[in-house]
Amino acid sequence: MMVDLFHNKVRLHQGHESGTGAQAPAASSGSRKIKVVQRVLSVNEKMADANRRLFAAKRVFVLNVMSSPGSGKTTTLETTLNRIIAKIPSAVIVGDICTTNDADRLARSGAPVVQVNTDQFGGDCHLAAHVIEKAAADIDLDAIDLLIVENVGNLVCPAEFDIGEDARVVVLSVTEGEDKPAKYPVMFRACDLALLNKIDLLPYLDFDMDLVKRYIEQVHPGMPAIELSAKTEQGFEPWLEWLEARVRQKIG
Amino acid sequence: MHEMGIALQIIDIVKASLPEDAKGAPIERINLKIGKLSAVVADSLRFCFEIAVKDTALDGAVLHIEKIPVTARCNDCRHQWTLANPVFSCPACDGGAIDVLSGRELAVDSIEIKDESNSDDG
Repeated sequence: MMVDLFHNKVRLHQGHESGTGAQAPAASSGSRKIKVVQRVLSVNEKMADANRRLFAAKRVFVLNVMSSPGSGKTTTLETTLNRIIAKIPSAVIVGDICTTNDADRLARSGAPVVQVNTDQFGGDCHLAAHVIEKAAADIDLDAIDLLIVENVGNLVCPAEFDIGEDARVVVLSVTEGEDKPAKYPVMFRACDLALLNKIDLLPYLDFDMDLVKRYIEQVHPGMPAIELSAKTEQGFEPWLEWLEARVRQKIG
Repeated sequence: MHEMGIALQIIDIVKASLPEDAKGAPIERINLKIGKLSAVVADSLRFCFEIAVKDTALDGAVLHIEKIPVTARCNDCRHQWTLANPVFSCPACDGGAIDVLSGRELAVDSIEIKDESNSDDG
């Protein structure tokens, strides 16, 4: 069964709503209409383009990692960094509303970690391009090949904000339920890879792996999904191979 | 969740888009286009906008939202359709290589201001 359309994210006041392509009638006869046609997030998009140019010039592959809170994103990245840091010099930008817990954990791998406090551009729900620009200024980009951005735990807003990254990964843990891809289609469409985490817990859950993969295929046909456990490191090889191949593809 | 940030961006865009001769004129309406795939909740956006414009030149401006449906085209068979569910494969040939044509919009389309130069109806 399908989940209801885009979980009604856009609910409109009846009085102000117009249908598809309907021409909005003028407010009154004594009014003048000024055509604007400007994307609301165009400021962010320009900054993301500037970031992308900087990362290209410095030959740094940038990975935007997104998920809901508690999916095991930080543990996945801890394990990932421990496994690749000797081969791929890496740094991390961590976005969190409060605490430096994640930054402290990730720093143990030896990778430089910059913690950012989410700010007023859009509240606390995502990292915007200008935040990444500022955080990247504290990292020696000449010394790294891979910059991982651990976004704020949220399956909605981070998908809307381009930060100048090369690839996007969504981490979904098997404790979250199979229908998340259908409930958050924008996130799953925005990403290049899904990591299905915490598979060590599968014996204790009623999680239907085939069903979640079907949902992912419906929302983003052809997107790969890798099953893994950040705790036991089961399934890590295909993920690390994917990551290394993407980094090499960019930096040569 | 970031509707206040979006409301503030809309206000910046509106202010920057006003021609010289219209600066200071009361703004009656701001026409927005918002795709169904945009993570924007219209009620929250209106709420934030009303707070942000209080006691400014934009106070009283109505946000008119045109809701844009999600449409896509199949790269294999060229079928074009409107999505009723978040299923992004072609209903005609089941192909997965598709382009989303609309639904991601989040834009200020136009502004309507009170035309004081030739208005005689107040």
